[in-house]
Amino acid sequence: MIFLFYMLSAIMIISALLVVFSKNPVNSVIYLIVCFLAMAGHYILLNAQFLAVVHIIVYTGAIMVLFLFVIMLLNLNKAIIPQKSRVTRISAVITGGIFFLVLLAATRQTFEIHARYPFRGDIGLVSEVGNTLFHEFLLPFEMSSVLFISAMVGAIMFGKKDA
Amino acid sequence: MKEISSAIQLIPLEHYIFLSVALFCIGLMGVLFRRNTIIMLMCIELMFNSVTLLCTAFSAYHSDPAGQVFVFFIMIVAAAEVAVGLSMVVMMKRNIDSVDINLLNRLKW
Amino acid sequence: MVGLIPIINIVWLIPAFPLLGFLITGSAYKRLKHRQAGIIASAMVFFSFIASVVLYFVLRSSGQESATVTLFDWIAIYNMNIPFAFLIDHLSLTMMLIITGVGFLIHLYSIGYMSGDERVNSFFAQMNLFTFSMLLLVMGANYLVLFIGWEGVGLCSYLLIGFWFKNPMNNYAARKAFVMNRIGDLGFILGIILLFFTFKSVSFSEVFSQASAFQSGAPVITMITLLLLVGAVGKSAQIPLFTWLPDAMAGPTPVSALIHAATMVTAGVYMIARSSILYNLAPITLNVIIILGLATAILAAVIALRQNDIKKVLAYSTVSQLGYMFLALGLGAYSTAIFHLTTHAFFKALLFLGAGSVIHAMGGEQDIRKMGGLSKTMPVTYVTFFAGTLAISGIPPFSGFFSKDLILSKAFEHSVLLYIVALVGALLTCFYMFRLLYLVFFGEQRLPGHPHESPRVMTIPLVILSILAAFGGVLNIPSFLGGNSNFSNFLQSSVISKAPEEISHSTEIGLILTSLVLLSLVILLAYRTYVRKALVPAEEGKSIFFFNRLIERKFYIDEIYTEVFEKPFGFLSDFLFSKVENTVLDPAVDGIGSATSGFGTLVRRIQRGNISFYLFAMVAGILLFIIFILIV
Repeated sequence: MIFLFYMLSAIMIISALLVVFSKNPVNSVIYLIVCFLAMAGHYILLNAQFLAVVHIIVYTGAIMVLFLFVIMLLNLNKAIIPQKSRVTRISAVITGGIFFLVLLAATRQTFEIHARYPFRGDIGLVSEVGNTLFHEFLLPFEMSSVLFISAMVGAIMFGKKDA
Repeated sequence: MKEISSAIQLIPLEHYIFLSVALFCIGLMGVLFRRNTIIMLMCIELMFNSVTLLCTAFSAYHSDPAGQVFVFFIMIVAAAEVAVGLSMVVMMKRNIDSVDINLLNRLKW
Repeated sequence: MVGLIPIINIVWLIPAFPLLGFLITGSAYKRLKHRQAGIIASAMVFFSFIASVVLYFVLRSSGQESATVTLFDWIAIYNMNIPFAFLIDHLSLTMMLIITGVGFLIHLYSIGYMSGDERVNSFFAQMNLFTFSMLLLVMGANYLVLFIGWEGVGLCSYLLIGFWFKNPMNNYAARKAFVMNRIGDLGFILGIILLFFTFKSVSFSEVFSQASAFQSGAPVITMITLLLLVGAVGKSAQIPLFTWLPDAMAGPTPVSALIHAATMVTAGVYMIARSSILYNLAPITLNVIIILGLATAILAAVIALRQNDIKKVLAYSTVSQLGYMFLALGLGAYSTAIFHLTTHAFFKALLFLGAGSVIHAMGGEQDIRKMGGLSKTMPVTYVTFFAGTLAISGIPPFSGFFSKDLILSKAFEHSVLLYIVALVGALLTCFYMFRLLYLVFFGEQRLPGHPHESPRVMTIPLVILSILAAFGGVLNIPSFLGGNSNFSNFLQSSVISKAPEEISHSTEIGLILTSLVLLSLVILLAYRTYVRKALVPAEEGKSIFFFNRLIERKFYIDEIYTEVFEKPFGFLSDFLFSKVENTVLDPAVDGIGSATSGFGTLVRRIQRGNISFYLFAMVAGILLFIIFILIV
């Protein structure tokens, strides 16, 4: 099992790096999909079965296809966008590294975590998640529909010809 | 199935924290690294996902489904963000015929 | 009794009518034509008057002496609770009837007097606003509501004095009035604050019920009453803050009649009478009031002797009469003061309106040396003005006789010296009023032209007021004339007068006879001087005697104020401007400005619109933030 964890993690990190560094945007999308699939594997390891399925459907199935769709529609895979200057790229890598180190330093200062409830293997099932969602988080859930409406209106506004 | 559900007890929580921190920093680096707006959006997705992973990990270790519900909300925000962001990319392409973020410096006016 | 509660709630209508009139005439002042504004304004004040009369009968039939109507909670913070409430008792009812009644007549008169003025609509708007503020002043159930009205009337007074603002002198007079009042208001505010700190309340009923716990002469009460007195002195034009009132005659004559004779200037008298319980506890303050009132009465009367402007004479006479009211207040005879206030409102409004009628007829001329012989051409004005003169001089049976004689007898009770001085003042009053009358209406016409009687809309208020001035005294017929002092008894429930030391009727009659004999002598003297010899006062600056010149120059009080207060203040301001402002403050402020803009030009280079750079900056900021948290 631990082996599985490390393998998934390795796939994730490598594909994430490839997303950043590959030249062709279509390749980036493909690598991101690989990364997300590995993420779904992690979810299953974490007993979040329902989440894993949703993740595959929503992210890999919808969002990433949307990305791909836009890239192909705009013919972006052919468009050559010059890279940033060498100094900027190096400083970007250094900044990311420093950020990593700082966050790790932050985790070192945390205290030991004790599980709040006794271990259960079934929290990721649809019924458990659904119960929590519709009992504790009903209002935010309803509010998210408002968010979607406004996002939709915004997207349509941007997409209009004379906008 | 039994095997999987108890698997997380073998993996320390710290591992997940390290993993998501690493993913987050890769995403951040990507945002700073690239000029292509679409790739930057994708890197932002990557950062979102590192956070969802962390939420799920904590949820599993505490055996509390609330963390997974938060993952849903993050997904909702991500989907909305992608919808708006991609339409902005489309508009950008239409108006300045490029998706190069550095050409957007006219936003200052 | 049963119907009292619902009906008394209409009390808010009384100030609401003039406010409505103000809003209508004020907002539509460009649309209203001809006399519409005047008619609306007058009607509104008339409605208020009707409502006041109704209220009077309601209160009377209910058998209650006072009622408090709370409109809404105004200030409610922690333990400070100040409602917006009206107190209806006999004192405020008297004042309301005077304000709305006399105010209505003056509004009516103004329709004629102000016709043809291009800003007549704003005039009526401001008059209505004044009526509203004045009603708030007298109806308020606590010192804060009173204070709103107090400031409101001050504002309207300022606006109306400077009504013809094209002449800079009028603006100067308006400013002077405002600043003088402000000095008084400062004391008034301090008084209210001290009052609140002492009693933890500003409501009349609570303050007065708590005041009985204090001993007579308690320092804090003396302090409060003195501070309130400062406010009253400013508003009611007593020494040393009286110089604004004669200058306030720059406003239109109806304004002088309404604000600077009948109502606003009596606000101080009202306020002290309202606070009678506090003042009774402060004998020192009462003595101060006596001295101030008497000095003002004499000084103003002396100045009025040599004034040649018809309105200035009346203005000094108002100051002098206010001095009498203060004298009465100081003697603890609050109801007498209010009675004199009432009769004074009648006859002084009448005199001012008569003077306005004369000025109207003379085409704006105000110098009495140029008038004369107007009794033939303006009979109605003449008769009514004559009635007013008799009333102010205290000739029986005119109203002024009753009120002034009451004050004199109170003064006699206190001390003979006070009586003599006050009597001298009364004789002076009689003299300058008859001088005015003779110069204006008797003798030959000294200026070419054809004066004409004023239109009916102006003479009707004159007639009504002259009836009131003539017979207003019946309100309060003293016991030795067979009356029962109705008015004083009426006010008994609202103002706590000091226990009167009864003087015998024979003494009183003796006093009256003395004053009557002296008065007739004075009238005769005035007649001989100004009618028989047809003496016209000399041009200014020609007087030889020092004392005459002193009087003509109004005792140089304005000049003294200029030297003592204005000039040093001017020097200080000049010094601060040239040394502090120009060399320290200005460069400092300019330096801050140029430093900011210089820094701005420097920082602006970062804001090039480069999104990548912004992102870097953002991440750097987050990093610094996390590091800060980790370290600290």
